[in-house]
Amino acid sequence: MQLVINGESFEAADESSIAILVTMLQLDQQRLAIEVNGEIVPRGLWSERRLVTADRVEIVRAIGGG
Amino acid sequence: MTQAEPQHFPSDVLTIAGRSYRSRLLVGSGKYKDLEETRLATEASGAEIITVAIRRMNIGQKPGEPSLLDVLPPDRYTILPNTAGCYTADDAVRTCRLARELLDGHKLVKLEVLGDAKTLFPDVVATLIAAEELVKEGFDVMVYTSDDPILAKRLEEIGCVAVMPLAAPIGSGLGIQNRYNILTIIENAKVPIIVDAGVGTASDAAIAMELGCDGVLMNTAIAEAKNPVLMASAMKHAIIAGREARLAGRMPRRRYASASSPLDGTIA
Repeated sequence: MQLVINGESFEAADESSIAILVTMLQLDQQRLAIEVNGEIVPRGLWSERRLVTADRVEIVRAIGGG
Repeated sequence: MTQAEPQHFPSDVLTIAGRSYRSRLLVGSGKYKDLEETRLATEASGAEIITVAIRRMNIGQKPGEPSLLDVLPPDRYTILPNTAGCYTADDAVRTCRLARELLDGHKLVKLEVLGDAKTLFPDVVATLIAAEELVKEGFDVMVYTSDDPILAKRLEEIGCVAVMPLAAPIGSGLGIQNRYNILTIIENAKVPIIVDAGVGTASDAAIAMELGCDGVLMNTAIAEAKNPVLMASAMKHAIIAGREARLAGRMPRRRYASASSPLDGTIA
């Protein structure tokens, strides 16, 4: 399925959960927050929440800033 | 590194949203040349509250590459997410929600809504709107604002836990531009007033504390010094010096001289 991740097109296996996506992107060790279609999906629900084609995913983390 | 501690007022702590801190220096984590410099400068500063920005993950990042929160662990520091780069109240609110999720429900946030890319002055109208929404959603809001005393009071009344007037534009290093406004804000405030933005060197920080600020937040002043680790230490000392001077109660200014040595017994 085609997703949009952080504004970029991305191909992922159908029915992937957020947890699977995070693992696929090798982001397991990072502290992240994730939005799907404008709504935050809490970490506790990443395994349950399945993504569908055209979902817009935002994955953010903390970086240096003032 | 010397561990300068306030000698006479061991209970002089900074309390924000019910939590107490010994350091009145708050620092940002941006503009350093690398994470190691970030770590060293932050340690040298003695700061306990560190601001971070919230940004999209770099999807191509190699796994195992250290990230900011590896060098500034949330169990060691109070991580204060900011809404840097937000020009609308909606973006700022959304960023705070993401930050709260990222930090396991921690609700202390630094709100800034910018009005203009050149001066980075706050859009105070959008700031008020965002502050109101965030307070309603249960956030503890430390709010970056202009040095307008009426606005500062409004933000406090809305329920912000700290008000942070700028000294001068972000990254300008110009120091406090309007002492009297900062003084008025302090006089009227029931929440901590933390000067944020525009500090350039140690004396700027000391002056802020002498005016009666509860703390100072800075980033560029340290990160863009030629020796950031040394400047971080300078700032730590400046904050302590300014605070002790404030608590000590300075001498009055005089129009004319007042001799320090007695006249009695002068040889003739």
